[in-house]
Parts: sequence; structure tokens; C-alpha cells
Amino acid sequence: MKKLFAAVLLGTMTLSMGVLASAEDDGVLKMATNAEFPPYEYHEMVDGEDKIVGIDAEVAGLIAEELGMTLEIEDMAFDSVLAAVQTGQVDIAMAGITVTEERLQSVSFTDPYTTATQMIIVPEGSDIKGPDDLAGKTIGVQLGTTGDIYVEDVEDATIERFNKGFEAVQDLLAGRLDAVVIDGEPAKVFVSQNEGLVLIDEPFTEEEYAIAVAKDNEEFLTKVNDALTKLKESGAFQEVVDKYISSDDSADEAETEAAESETAAE
Amino acid sequence: MIQSLMDRIQFNFIDGDRWVYLADGLKNTLIMTVFALLLGLVIGFLIAIVRSTHDKTGSLRVLNLFCKVYLTVIRGTPVLVQLLICYFVILVNTGLPKVAIAFIAFGLNSGAYVAEIIRSGIMSIDNGQFEAGRSLGFNYVQTMIFIILPQALKNVLPALGNEFIVLLKETSVAGYIAIADLTKGGDIIRSRTFDAFMPLITVAIIYLVMVLTFSKLLSILERRLRNNER
Repeated sequence: MKKLFAAVLLGTMTLSMGVLASAEDDGVLKMATNAEFPPYEYHEMVDGEDKIVGIDAEVAGLIAEELGMTLEIEDMAFDSVLAAVQTGQVDIAMAGITVTEERLQSVSFTDPYTTATQMIIVPEGSDIKGPDDLAGKTIGVQLGTTGDIYVEDVEDATIERFNKGFEAVQDLLAGRLDAVVIDGEPAKVFVSQNEGLVLIDEPFTEEEYAIAVAKDNEEFLTKVNDALTKLKESGAFQEVVDKYISSDDSADEAETEAAESETAAE
Repeated sequence: MIQSLMDRIQFNFIDGDRWVYLADGLKNTLIMTVFALLLGLVIGFLIAIVRSTHDKTGSLRVLNLFCKVYLTVIRGTPVLVQLLICYFVILVNTGLPKVAIAFIAFGLNSGAYVAEIIRSGIMSIDNGQFEAGRSLGFNYVQTMIFIILPQALKNVLPALGNEFIVLLKETSVAGYIAIADLTKGGDIIRSRTFDAFMPLITVAIIYLVMVLTFSKLLSILERRLRNNER
């Protein structure tokens, strides 16, 4: 039995190494994402064709251009995104990924490209007024997100982990949850789409998003970082952000677009 | 390599008490399976009686039609879709706990398959047995209970066992409605450690051990029931 187990283990490791070697040489920049996260990445019909759009997707496109490669996006569950980078199935991952100590153990991160917040969504008239009121409540999160990791520290809270953010919101609407903790930008979209939900002003946490690349590949990491710096300096990066997020809080064009695509995706 | 394996076990299961995700998940998986199994047996049994009574005597036409619709709908749609419909549509405002909604959904699903298994058992018993019962002075119900069903159940035991194994494994989709079952427990660890191998293999092994244990119990039961044939 032990021998068999060892053999299986060895086989899997050899296999994953094979995959590791094949990436990045063929002029294709493979990016892993979880395209259910507007406005960073989501599915949209563009000219009758299903495409993954959003800030991350467009920025990745620009980075690929800088590197002289073509971008290929792979859509997967959020909790598989970093594993895909780690095993070399993809070159980079951009999925609104927050840099955390735990994640740094398995992948490397570029310089952060944006700051984001984890926000709390509650039903109208809820007695939850801020992060401190979450103690003892039933909280919905999306599995593997930073919200999921941080709510574990909330005292006596029951945590319900959903595969998709909108399912947590649906459960909140059904009255089964007291609150949903999720990234700020999608939170705004969810609240604007659903009557009876409000966003609490005070963020649950603040954090930085960065691009994940495989560990121990300093050369590639530097290349991506240089490309990112170039884009930030030329203003191209800000253009993309402005296209999807406008500064005022009302439901603007980008959000409506995102909302429409969400409904279409469902 | 042994050392790196130990490190990964430490990182995946011991650090941060992550094994608790698996233990809690296993508990939920077992609760769902056991209750769904009981519910499925009751539903399946009732439907099988209605259907085979109709087949044999031509009575119960309305009930039979109702059962047929049920079987068609349940067997014609995926269990995951049924679970989501139960959770987000039909039972949305009942205030029932998640796990209860899940075993209702799985029980309803399993019932349809159990029904056809038991019906096939009843129909497999030679009509002569039935006539013998009647000629001994038993009425229809007595013949069913004392003569047909005991033989039928013995014949379908392997198929029933198979259905229970399928049911146990099917509960792995419960994570879709945010139930922390065994599979989801592995997923939670995976989302924390970003190691796919250890959590998934461990979850697979736990399922395998459960199925093996169940198969063993079932084969003991089958052997006992065959004693009278010697």
C-alpha cells in the first residue's frame, strides 16, 4: 500500500514537472482567472462572441503586448487559479488576487497594481453597522477569497462558503445570511443590481492586488514588473481602470455594463 | 521525499488545525447520506408498490401516473440542478437548515432509482409464488408482505447497495449550496494551501474507505440472507 502510494505520488510529481517546463516558451502568455468578478474580470458578449473582459483581462493584454506575446485567458474556479500558476499550467494569474503571507509561500507576486477593499453587504435595516457588529452572525463569502480568510477571525461567526459570489448574495436576499463579505467593486455591482441591499461604508479590510507568477522565476517576474511599470507611467493602465470604474458611487456606465453581463451569464 | 511528504501533511492538515475542515465535512457527508438513504428507501418502496400493483392488477391508475411523472422528472434531470432548485427555489423560504434541504433533495433523487430497483425485484418473482400465496388464503397485501417482498429484497440487495454507494458519492455536490461536506472541506484546505495533491487525494481516500466499509457490510448481509439456500 505504501509503495503504491509513493508510486502515485512520484508519478504526479513527474507529470507536473513536465507541464512546468512547457509553459512560457511558445510566445503565448497564458493567464488564469476566475471570470465571475466584475469589474476586474467577467464574461461579456462582444460582437456575438463570448469574451472575458475587465480590468485584469485588459491589463494582461497590454502586458502581453509589451512582452511581445499573445494573451490566452483560462477561466477557472478561484481556488484553482494559484495552483495553476504553481504547477506551471499558466504563466500568470490575475483574478483580483490579494497578496498574503500564505499565498507567498506558493507563488511570487509582482508589484501591486491596485488597492482594493473587502466590503460588507447587509440587508436594509440590518443591525450590522460596521465590521465590529459581525461577531456571532452568519456571514456568506466566496471560497478562497481574502474575505473568506479574514472572516475566520470574526468571533463566533458562522461562515458559509459559496463557490460564486452572487450565490452568497442570493442567500442574503433569501434571509439565510446576516451579511456577505466580498471585494469592494463586485460588492457595488451586487448592491446596485438588487433592491433591499446596502453596502456598509467602513471597509472590512483593505488590501493590494498583484499578479501571481510561478516561484523562483526571477527573470520572468522582472519582465512582468517592468511591463507593468511602463503601463503605469504611460497612463495606459489608468485608462483601463477609468473605463471600468468611475469615481462617483452611483451606478455608472461600467457598472451597468457589468450588471448586464452578469445577468446574461446567469 | 518522505520528509517533503511529511512537510506537506503538516502544512495541509496540521497547521491551523486544517484537518478539522475534513472532520466536520465528513460528519456532514455522513448525516446527509444516512438521512437521504432513509428518505430514498421510504419513497422508493412506496412508489415500487404502487407501480408493481398497477402492473399486476391494473388498479391505482392515477397514483401510477403520478409516480411515472415523478420518475421521469427526477431521472431526467441532474442531481445538482435538483439540489439548486430545492435550495434556491422550492424550499427557499422554509427556514430549514441547509443540510436538511440537501438530504431532502438527495433523498428525493435516490427514491426514484430505489423505486425502479425494488420494482424490478418484485417483478422478478415468479407469478407462481403469487398464485401460491393467494391459494393459501392470503389476500393481495399479505401475499406481497409475506411472500413476494422478502424474496424480492434479497434479489435486489446488490443493486440497492450500488445505489447507496452512488448516493454517498453524489453528496459531494452539496458544496454548491455552501454546505461544508467532505469534498468542500478538501476545497477549503486547497484554497488555503494552494496544494491540490494532498487535500484531493486525502478526500478521495476517505470516500474510498467509506465505500469499502459499506461494501463489506453489505456482502456480510448478503451471505447471511443466503443461508437458507444451502
